[in-house]
Amino acid sequence: MQRREFLVAGGALAASLSLPARAAYPDRPVRLYIPFPPGGESDIGARLQQGVFKKITGQDMVVESKPGAGGALAWSQLNSMPGDGYSVMGTNLPHLVLQPLEGNVQYKTDDIVNVHFYQYTPDAIIVRNESPFKTYQDLVKGAKEQQDRITFAGSGTNSANHLAHTRLNKLMGAKTTYVPFKGTGDLVASLLGGHVSAAMSYNTLALAQKGKVRVLAVASEKRLALFPDVPTFKELGGDWVDGAYRGCGVPKSTPEDIRKRVSDVFSSINKDPDFRQKMAEGGFELIDVTYDKIPAFLAERKQAYIEAAKLMGLAK
Amino acid sequence: MELLSNLQLGFGVALAGTNILYCFIGVLLGTLIGVLPGIGPVATIAMLLPATFVLPPVSALIMLAGIYYGASYGGSTTAILVNLPGEVSSVVTCLDGHQMAKQGHAGKALGVAALGSFFAGTVATLLVAAFAPPLAELALKFGPADYFSLMVLGLLAAVVLAHGSLIKAVAMIILGLLVGLIGTDVNSGVARYNFGLPELIDGVGIGPIAMGVFGFGEIIRNLEHGQKREVVSSRVTGLLPNWEDIKQSTWPTIRGTLLGSFLGILPGGGPILGSFSAYTLEKKLAKDPSRFGKGAIEGVAAPESANNAAAQTSFIPLLTLGIPSNPVMALMIGAMIIHGIQPGPQIMTAKPDLFWGMIASMWVGNFLLVVLNLPLIGMWVKLLSLEYRFLYPAILLFCCIGVYSINNAWMDVLLAAGFGFIGYLFGKLDCEAAPLLLGFVLGPMMEENLRRALLLSRGDPAVFVTRPISATLLVISVILLVIVLLPAIRQKREEAFVEEG
Repeated sequence: MQRREFLVAGGALAASLSLPARAAYPDRPVRLYIPFPPGGESDIGARLQQGVFKKITGQDMVVESKPGAGGALAWSQLNSMPGDGYSVMGTNLPHLVLQPLEGNVQYKTDDIVNVHFYQYTPDAIIVRNESPFKTYQDLVKGAKEQQDRITFAGSGTNSANHLAHTRLNKLMGAKTTYVPFKGTGDLVASLLGGHVSAAMSYNTLALAQKGKVRVLAVASEKRLALFPDVPTFKELGGDWVDGAYRGCGVPKSTPEDIRKRVSDVFSSINKDPDFRQKMAEGGFELIDVTYDKIPAFLAERKQAYIEAAKLMGLAK
Repeated sequence: MELLSNLQLGFGVALAGTNILYCFIGVLLGTLIGVLPGIGPVATIAMLLPATFVLPPVSALIMLAGIYYGASYGGSTTAILVNLPGEVSSVVTCLDGHQMAKQGHAGKALGVAALGSFFAGTVATLLVAAFAPPLAELALKFGPADYFSLMVLGLLAAVVLAHGSLIKAVAMIILGLLVGLIGTDVNSGVARYNFGLPELIDGVGIGPIAMGVFGFGEIIRNLEHGQKREVVSSRVTGLLPNWEDIKQSTWPTIRGTLLGSFLGILPGGGPILGSFSAYTLEKKLAKDPSRFGKGAIEGVAAPESANNAAAQTSFIPLLTLGIPSNPVMALMIGAMIIHGIQPGPQIMTAKPDLFWGMIASMWVGNFLLVVLNLPLIGMWVKLLSLEYRFLYPAILLFCCIGVYSINNAWMDVLLAAGFGFIGYLFGKLDCEAAPLLLGFVLGPMMEENLRRALLLSRGDPAVFVTRPISATLLVISVILLVIVLLPAIRQKREEAFVEEG
């Protein structure tokens, strides 16, 4: 009884102490840690948010890069940061689900408090212009005939691209070969030079290489505005809407109302017309998964990832 | 004549009042961070990126590019003066450049480096302007098997770098390969030799190793000599290279430029391979190879020109294909997207003012660098007369800041300190660090491409000899191996001749 009262009192005290700070959140610059090297999609997205953040809140958002271990280094440090809403970290799916399954990392999926998911880049099958595969159907036919001679370049092992390739193999009913590269930038030369048959990557790669490559299929809900002729996997008979999802999280110690407030700020950034246009031009598909919708969203994503991870031999 | 009108458009953009100013700011900042050990262009560009939001895209990119090649320019200054490679590509410059400085020829070495770099920059800029698209196509012909063979060649060339014991050089290369194994294996996703430390999952960075074995190691060595420091002799002869020096450096500069220009196009280790192989080539061509490592002026001219040429031509895959050949180029792609420009093949036709403006600005930037740096040589050399107890703590401090800023990780600073101690031991054992570094850089790329090539050929090793590029590179490797082993054979022959005479 006593212990319980003490805890309640303590909680109330903590709440009252941090109340003034919360009322005016944010009243000083907010730091957004990006767990990837500068120049990547996560960094670009954050830098585009920077200006709008200032416009909406009147405070600066400082983007700091904390790369390492495919993001895992920063994520395993997130919960030791102060939970005051001024330390926010970029979070990515499927990374947060796949990395703990693989077992090399020091955090668990449920350790990370995600507060918002704001954008994603859909999975896409990309071939170079000279490729004999003109359509997705050509690719399926080729893959069934030549099996492991058909090679797909992707970024990383046990990664989002690797997972997508596993799914693709299942969908096509073929056993093609996945060829891992260190990053998306590294695989472009092999794709354009014809050293691999295709790339399992994102629409952003196709956008960067427009004119030199074709997209055979894309894993978005509806056809993409920038690639109106490219069919979605849904149209092609697969239940496949996926890609790299980007959002942000806060340390576990961050109080509920601040979590919600952070989510609100990013939600309003997503509504800025200028920002929307720039993101669309960059190939980023905006979504608006606010804090209250996170549990349902994560549950649904997790199920899809674990299903595919079973095929990869990552999960039981 | 399309080239001329294109260049005219480019220079029109590059010489426009504000752009030339941003170009100047870029190369000035670049020189500064190049001179400061450890602080590299990636951290600088990342920090300055938000500041460029207010600029028009062309000005922003001109400035950021200036930081990049300005840094490779300034890196040689520290390499020559204090034996600290500002970047990997200036590791080779340490070998002879610092020896020249110790003999009192620091000014000459700096002068030759500056003029050689300018020449290389000019030629490489013209190459980019005239042949960017076909050169980019050439780079695409290189598949994983070809990269593997290129790395084999590079590692063999590393042996030639050594001027002492051959066995020790081989041992250092192998040690470099072993250190390169640390980190996640790309093919299986398994973390190797990281001892459970998450900080080592990506392996050891090149920054901590280079700063450690070269910089920290050198400083510890100097501490042994007490107040009498070994940096340079007080006798400084001739601030600028004389006619004789220039004549001696002309061909090495030209050869270095060509080699660097070519290797710079290849995504991956371009500038590093360029400077290493240019040095190797000069040492092999020299009448008296024993001068190398003891202050040969060719040993500065060739790698410096190769390094700078490669820095320019590494823009070719970026501008024509949208392929980043190194982390700085990846950041440039990010900068373009943030400024609303989609990088890639379409940029040349969609944004000709940006494409040609950037190319022209590279020449303008190189010119500004010479103008900026030649008068500074006197100042740099004077810096060396600073007392040891002021100079070295400052260098250590900048090294630590620099190493930390690469990944914002304290682990890297610790690693640099550890490698500093190792570097000191190497010095005691007369083992050279340059082959170690080359093994460390090329080894992981070699493994990655070997396994990728075999994955693509479904396990058939014949791919290395059936692909023409790969086969050619392997043949050159064999020839090089014979040349390395030849002195032993030749010596016997010479002995025979002596007996006959």
